[in-house]
Amino acid sequence: MADLLIELFSEEIPARMQARAADDLKKLMTDGMVEAGLTYASAAAFATPRRLCLTVEGLLDASPRTVEERKGPKADAPEKAIEGFLRGAGLTRDDLEERDTPKGKILFAKITKEGRPAAEIIAEVLEQTIRNFPWPKSMRWGSGSLKWVRPLQSILCILSREDGAEVVPLEVEGFASGNVTYGHRFLAPDAITVSSFDDYAAKLKRAFVVLDPAERRDAIWNDATNMAFASGLEVVEDAGLLAEVAGLVEWPVVLMGRIGDDFLDLPPEVLQTSMKEHQKFFSVRNPKTGRIEKFVTVANRTTADDGATILAGNEKVLSARLADAKFFWDNDLRVAKSDEGMAAWVENLQNVTFHNKLGTQAELIERMAVLARELAPMVGADADEAEQAARIAKADLSSEMVYEFPELQGLMGRYYAIAAGMSEEVAAASEEHYAPLGPSDDVPTAPVSIAVALAEKIDKLTGFWAIDEKPTGSKDPFALRRAALGFIRTSLENDLAIPVREVVGSSAHAADAEDLLAFLHDRLKVYLKDQGIRHDIIDACIAMPNNDDLTLLVKRARALSDTLKTDDGENLLQAFKRANNILSQAEAGSNIEYSHGGDIKYAEEDVERALFKALDAAEAVIAPAMQSQDFVTAMSAMASLRPTLDAFFEGVQINTDNDIVRRNRLNLLGRIRTLCASVADLTKIDG
Amino acid sequence: MAKVEFMSQTPRSFQEIILRLQSYWARQGCAILQPYDMEVGAGTFHPATTLRSLGDQHWAAAYVQPSRRPTDGRYGENPNRLQHYYQYQALIKPSPPNLQELYLGSLEAIGVDMDLHDIRFVEDDWESPTLGAWGLGWEVWCDGMEVSQFTYFQQVGGHDCHPVSGELTYGLERLAMYILGVDHVMDMPFNDPDAPIPLSYGDVFKQTEEEYARWNFDVANTEVLLRHFEEAEAECKAIIEQEHMDPKTGKRIVMAHPAYDQAIKASHMFNLLDARGVISVTERQAYIGRVRALTKMCADAFVQTAAGGWTGDAA
Repeated sequence: MADLLIELFSEEIPARMQARAADDLKKLMTDGMVEAGLTYASAAAFATPRRLCLTVEGLLDASPRTVEERKGPKADAPEKAIEGFLRGAGLTRDDLEERDTPKGKILFAKITKEGRPAAEIIAEVLEQTIRNFPWPKSMRWGSGSLKWVRPLQSILCILSREDGAEVVPLEVEGFASGNVTYGHRFLAPDAITVSSFDDYAAKLKRAFVVLDPAERRDAIWNDATNMAFASGLEVVEDAGLLAEVAGLVEWPVVLMGRIGDDFLDLPPEVLQTSMKEHQKFFSVRNPKTGRIEKFVTVANRTTADDGATILAGNEKVLSARLADAKFFWDNDLRVAKSDEGMAAWVENLQNVTFHNKLGTQAELIERMAVLARELAPMVGADADEAEQAARIAKADLSSEMVYEFPELQGLMGRYYAIAAGMSEEVAAASEEHYAPLGPSDDVPTAPVSIAVALAEKIDKLTGFWAIDEKPTGSKDPFALRRAALGFIRTSLENDLAIPVREVVGSSAHAADAEDLLAFLHDRLKVYLKDQGIRHDIIDACIAMPNNDDLTLLVKRARALSDTLKTDDGENLLQAFKRANNILSQAEAGSNIEYSHGGDIKYAEEDVERALFKALDAAEAVIAPAMQSQDFVTAMSAMASLRPTLDAFFEGVQINTDNDIVRRNRLNLLGRIRTLCASVADLTKIDG
Repeated sequence: MAKVEFMSQTPRSFQEIILRLQSYWARQGCAILQPYDMEVGAGTFHPATTLRSLGDQHWAAAYVQPSRRPTDGRYGENPNRLQHYYQYQALIKPSPPNLQELYLGSLEAIGVDMDLHDIRFVEDDWESPTLGAWGLGWEVWCDGMEVSQFTYFQQVGGHDCHPVSGELTYGLERLAMYILGVDHVMDMPFNDPDAPIPLSYGDVFKQTEEEYARWNFDVANTEVLLRHFEEAEAECKAIIEQEHMDPKTGKRIVMAHPAYDQAIKASHMFNLLDARGVISVTERQAYIGRVRALTKMCADAFVQTAAGGWTGDAA
């Protein structure tokens, strides 16, 4: 048994690529070794800005010798077939063995593969791994042709056993493997010779390198939160930033700095975004006021002055950045508070193209305003407020702050709308009309925001439908699937009845309403599938009237899905299908439609009479329940027919000689069909 | 690894930082060139970088390049923004294995104490749509401030770079302000503050920043600029279309550099038009594409010259 240690040392690896690269190194190496017969007990990979490291424990010293038996042609097969077999197996005629089998004499070959020493296999697999490493972006350097994420500087590859370590010899494009690594670029740049993983990790730590990214993350987070806590403050959590920062340092040193007084009144989101995007700083907040008062930066080293110079430099850079942000904020507020207000920004959007065929952003706003007004009564919003909100919802796209920080769109609009004296509801729509941005993002719930959000999504969908830019396959450049899902979730989660056909008709675009509705139905199926509602159940409900009211559609589908999960429901479905088949056959042979319902006076059997009565009772419940869209009640009443219906099928023969009785029974089945069809189109259900 | 020099004294002026960089890169074996004598947007446009990064000839050059970005003009009032500023550029082909150490040596040479500051290499991929060029590298951060761009060129003018050049670009004003501890660029000492006639950056450039900002934003005649753009474009193409054989001397003379001058001119005209605000968002892409087409032609021509590695018609 041996342990393997590999380190690929290079110039700085982009932070965002490190975790994936460590995983890839582990997978490519272990897969390659196992495929060559070299199994192991455990493996782990690590990354720092300058190195990828893999440690494998309990590795076989050599791959096992293998013997493979291969069955060949019959002994009396034509010479050519035997020759072909020998060529394929790499053997001569003497190596073959003749064996008697029930099918006659057959030739067998034994192919023996000798085991190979671990070092030989490792060298091969590592060379392949280095040459074919799946970096998202790689480069050449100097005069070489090797590609790596940034210039590779050395390869460490050793096998260690109890009696010592040996270098696994290999060479890739002039880089020969060794047992040497280097410490921190500034604090301990000298070469370090290592003999095992434990030795390596320990020596690196003495050379100011924390190998494990999780350890660096934890250290940063602990130090940052402790430091903030000591000042009565808290660090704003940001897992993505933490991972990135941990990927920029080998020896994290946390420093907390001040934000100049001039900038403390900027909106917290502006401070946070500016500090994160430009400087990779964490925001430190006062838990009592919610204001961001300090920042945390992570240096890559200790210094004799305990980071004083580094912190002073960072504070200075931040001040210059925030001076810019404050300049934008002040300018924007001046515009928002002016007489013309946000209208000046909207006017400017006449020069900004939304889409070549769909006009400018200003035209988009005009269309949204009309739609928002139209939608207002359907979502319980005031029509004037909805229109006003739509008119300013995108105004901030012209502001200086959003030009600098596009990710603050909407949010800045909200601040500026308040400054311009608009109501909270109107201002909120600026921020909330973009929602939901992802499948787990919250949908807007305030009526004015809902009106503007739906208006935006409907204009987008109908617009791109009208110019025939629908999503195809994996291509959806205008994120129309996301817009559709946003429309669906906003409608459902707010329990809104939006007649899609009518709303599509009100849009300014000539979109095919049925085609767009079919697209929405498709997206709805995908969405509901995740919630455990099957496609065929939705199809059964789409076949019903008012299928453009998605909320109604989903209520029906949920009730049906729940009903079919019950024993009664499932059996009723079978009974319905049986009734339907019998009717289809009977109707196909004649021109008669058995739809007048039958008459109890022609009933001959008790089970038959019982069914009439059960139907009377069920109809009395179902009709009013359907009227009030109470699908649960309607469907449980429908399912309650099951025992009576089962008894009917068991107890009577539909096709009797007595034609009157036969027709009466068929009409009775017709009544069941009609009743069920008033709830959902059960013929669409599978099974 | 190269032995890095140590210079303990902090420089006292903008020009001392430039002089130290010149002397440092000269000692590393670079040819110290002079600025290119045309208006360019960045040091990369100097033919010593764009054209010389092509072909297989080895190369090492460093120079200051005055650069113009008309849209960045702020009448000399903004502490950090200028329409005319200096870049320092070093280009070595093939990139040496110790280029990072060489670079850190240059910071030390201009007075950055490596024991007190936090230097980081942060991912930043470089791309120039007008040059049809891209490379991978970093922004170099000193205490959170970007002080240089460090790039391994992968492609220029649509050609793969073989060997690869390592390019270092320093934004001189920002770097110098940091080292000298100055908050407003115009307050920065240009020459030695103890000189008989001490001059600040503002003494040298405040006047011109005002004048050019006014001209760039409001006065430049857009019809003339547009005509210059089109003339430069036409001349560039006309030069490229010439026969390689010069009828007068009987020599093969491919005129990559004169053509490239015209491409640079077109690029600058585009920047001026942009500052005048007469180029719409959709037109922008088209103009950039036209300039890229010119630089591509020039790159194609350069690799047909001896300096670009041409070794005679095999056919």
